[in-house]
This record gives sequence, C-alpha cells and structure tokens, in this order.
Amino acid sequence: MNARAWLASALIVLTACEREARKLNEPPPRPPQQFVNSVRLQPGPTEMNDSSAGPFDSNAAGTGEGQQLFAQMNCSGCHANGGGGMGPALMDDEWIYGSRPDQIFASIAEGRPNGMPTWKYRLTTTQIWQLVSYVRSLSGLTPKGARPNRDDHMMTKPAPSQTPNAKPRQTRKP
Amino acid sequence: MHSAFDPHSPQARAVAHLWWWMFGVGFAIWMGVTLAMLTSIRRRDATEPDSEEGKSVRGHTLAIYVGATLVVLLVFLGYDFAVGRSLAKRSAPAVKILVTGHQWWWELEYEDSVPSRRMITANEIHVPTGQLIEVKVRAADVIHSFWAPNLQGKRDLIPGYLSTVWFRADTPGVYRGQCAEFCGLEHAKMAFYVVAQPPAAYAAWRAASSAPHTPPADSIAATGQRVFLSSGCPLCHTIAGTDARATVGPSLSHLASRMTLAAGTLENTRANLMSWIVNPQALKPGVHMPPIPLKPAELSALVTYLETLK
Repeated sequence: MNARAWLASALIVLTACEREARKLNEPPPRPPQQFVNSVRLQPGPTEMNDSSAGPFDSNAAGTGEGQQLFAQMNCSGCHANGGGGMGPALMDDEWIYGSRPDQIFASIAEGRPNGMPTWKYRLTTTQIWQLVSYVRSLSGLTPKGARPNRDDHMMTKPAPSQTPNAKPRQTRKP
Repeated sequence: MHSAFDPHSPQARAVAHLWWWMFGVGFAIWMGVTLAMLTSIRRRDATEPDSEEGKSVRGHTLAIYVGATLVVLLVFLGYDFAVGRSLAKRSAPAVKILVTGHQWWWELEYEDSVPSRRMITANEIHVPTGQLIEVKVRAADVIHSFWAPNLQGKRDLIPGYLSTVWFRADTPGVYRGQCAEFCGLEHAKMAFYVVAQPPAAYAAWRAASSAPHTPPADSIAATGQRVFLSSGCPLCHTIAGTDARATVGPSLSHLASRMTLAAGTLENTRANLMSWIVNPQALKPGVHMPPIPLKPAELSALVTYLETLK
C-alpha cells in the first residue's frame, strides 16, 4: 500500500471519532406542543408513516439513561423487559395509544387506564423524554446507531441495536 | 489530602515500606548503571575486546550482572508476597461495612447481627480507631476501585463479585479516598472520606446515625418535607422513617451530618445544596440526578428540611 492509501484509510477511521456530542448542561427539552393535561383516553389510529423524533431518539447517552430509568423506576414490573406482562409489550409493533414520541410522552406523563401510573409529578421532562427514546428503541423506531448495544438483564432477545428497523402496525384494541 | 506516603494503618505502612525499599534499591541500581556508563565513556579498556582474555572478562561480568538482577527481583518477589500475606492476615473484625460503588458515589451499609442496627449511608465512612475494619466491596454498574491511600491498598469493585479488604486506623483523622479505576464521566468526582474516631466518639456517631427520623418541628421544615415527598426526590432517595425508600441514589437520612455533597464534590453548605438540587449538571456534568425545577419558596423550604436531618 502506498502512502496515499494509508492516509485515506486513516481519514476514514477518523470519521468514527465523534459519534455524538454529549450535551449535559442544556435547558431540558420541552413537553410536546399539543401536550394537554387531559387527553381522550381512547386508543387512536396509528400513523404508519410518521417520522417525528423525540429529543433523545438519536442520542445514545440519553437513550441509555432511559434504559437505566426503565429498570430503576420499575417499569419492568408490568412491561417486563419490553416483552409485556401485566402491561402491554413494548418491543412489538402494536401501539395502543400511538407510537409517536409525543403520544408515548403523554402515555408516560399522564398514565393510562388499567394500571399505567402518572409520572409527570415524579419524573422530570428530560427523564420522560429519555424513557420515550428507550421505549421507541425497543421496537426499532429510533436510529440504529443510537440504540443501546447491551441489555442490563438476561439477554433473551437481541439488544435494541441488533433489532431490525421497524414500522408501527395497526393498533389492537386494549 | 490523601497520600500513600503518610500511612496511618499497619496495612498502609507495610505497603509504604515496600514502596520505599523498591524506590531505594531501584535508585541505587540506577545510580550504579549511570556511573558505570559515564566511566565507560571516559575510559578506554586496556584489553583487546576480541582477544581470548577480553571474551572471558565479558562473560564473567555478564553472569554477575544477570545473577545480581535475578537476586534483586527474587528478593522483592518474596517481600511482595510477605506484604500480601500480612494484608490478608487478620483477627475478627470489629466493624463490617459493605461498600457498593455506583456511578458516581459510594453506598455504605454497616452490617450488624441485630437487623435493626444495620444502617445505610453514603460517601462518609466512620470507623473506630485501633480496631480492625472489614470492608466488603462490590459494584452496581461498572468496575470501580476502593482506595483510601493512607489506610489500605486499592481493591477493585467488580460487578457481580464480592471482594474484601481490611484495615485498622491507628490515629484519629479524616482520610480522603478516591475511586481508582476509570468508571465514566465523573470518575474524578467520586471521592469518599474515612473519618477515624476514638471508639467512644464512633459509638456516639453510630447511635446518632441510627436514630429514628424526627418529624419536622417548624412549619417551614414541614413544608419542605411535603415538597420532598411530593416531587421526584423519593423516586431515587431514601430518608429513613418517611415514605421515601428508593435506593437508586444515595440515602439522605442524616444528610446534614455529612461533610460533603455529591461524593466529595461540594462542601455541605446551604448554598451548595440549593445549587445542586436546581442544576446538578452544572456542578457534576453527566451525573444521573436530573435538574429539579422548583419554585424558590419550595426550594428554600426543601433545603431547610434537609438541613434538619442531622
């Protein structure tokens, strides 16, 4: 190999140096625009081709914080590690209350019938957005490079970064 | 400040002696080699290097130096084993503490055969002087390392693995300790303090720290307690005796009796506590505690309440 080829390959390697900048001391992301304190509690139609993204969807550090919060706030008590139990599964493509980031934000912040508690008085907006991104990463709705590479629990399924990209499917009735 | 050259326990003293011996012998060898090199540059040898005599002299010299190097290394190997054995040799410990390393703080659990005397605190290890302390260490997330240089050698905290270290503080004092294995963004701000006290003072501290929660006396502190329990705080923190029982973050029972906040990051003052609650990310970027948006009156009451937790 000549010098030019070496230089070229070194430059290619350099592009991997900064995957993302960690923004640690920024004003917290705002709640979604149309976020109101009471929403209709009926399951809505799923938007199949929605491309809106949460503030941490393409941020690996934020999604990782969401993963920690998921365990620490005992989400797994009902949703298991995404597979569902008392609560619905989060790693599949069925969404009762919608798959858009603002819809998931509302589900976490407001709570939902049949047992989902209200988290808006407990978690900060930042934390809820981080959870939103982690929940979306479970079924492959966020950019692949920012999804967690490793599960903190027993690996019964591939880590979110190994999950194929997915599209939400039509909802089922709760 | 922490220093391995200022040992205050038999364990640290053994390590420091070993270090000084290695330093002294290494320094002497280095001086000898330097001198020999300088001499050889200045002096031209009388014997012809390729003659029979020259070869034989070279062979002997080489054998002597290789032999001497081996002897020095073997002696230090033996000394090192002896120090290792002396660190592990112990009698029954007087106090047993379970230390869990978190990103980026230390959880301490004082063990006791009486369950009601078990106690959980954070970042500040009080120990009696002149008694053997057993510290069991483990990690909750990534690898950390427990190191109070004045008192003991490093011991790594491996997730899923319990290891043990022993020490006996001989002189009362406050000794700084530090996480000694890179563990993420705030590794540098993951310190702890070992407070060695005479046994009577230690017993008094232990009794005060296990004392039950006293309900807030005045109305501001009572408001503060309400703020604490109704905002996000109890999702991560414990205050023993209240409904706050979470173990994600450090226990805040008897917070006011501690010297520092956030694992040695800040002095424990009212102003520091306020700025910490409002925006921890400005003081310890990357820490897992989120900024807590509170109204000024709520914040003031909350801090007043936290200051009553002596």
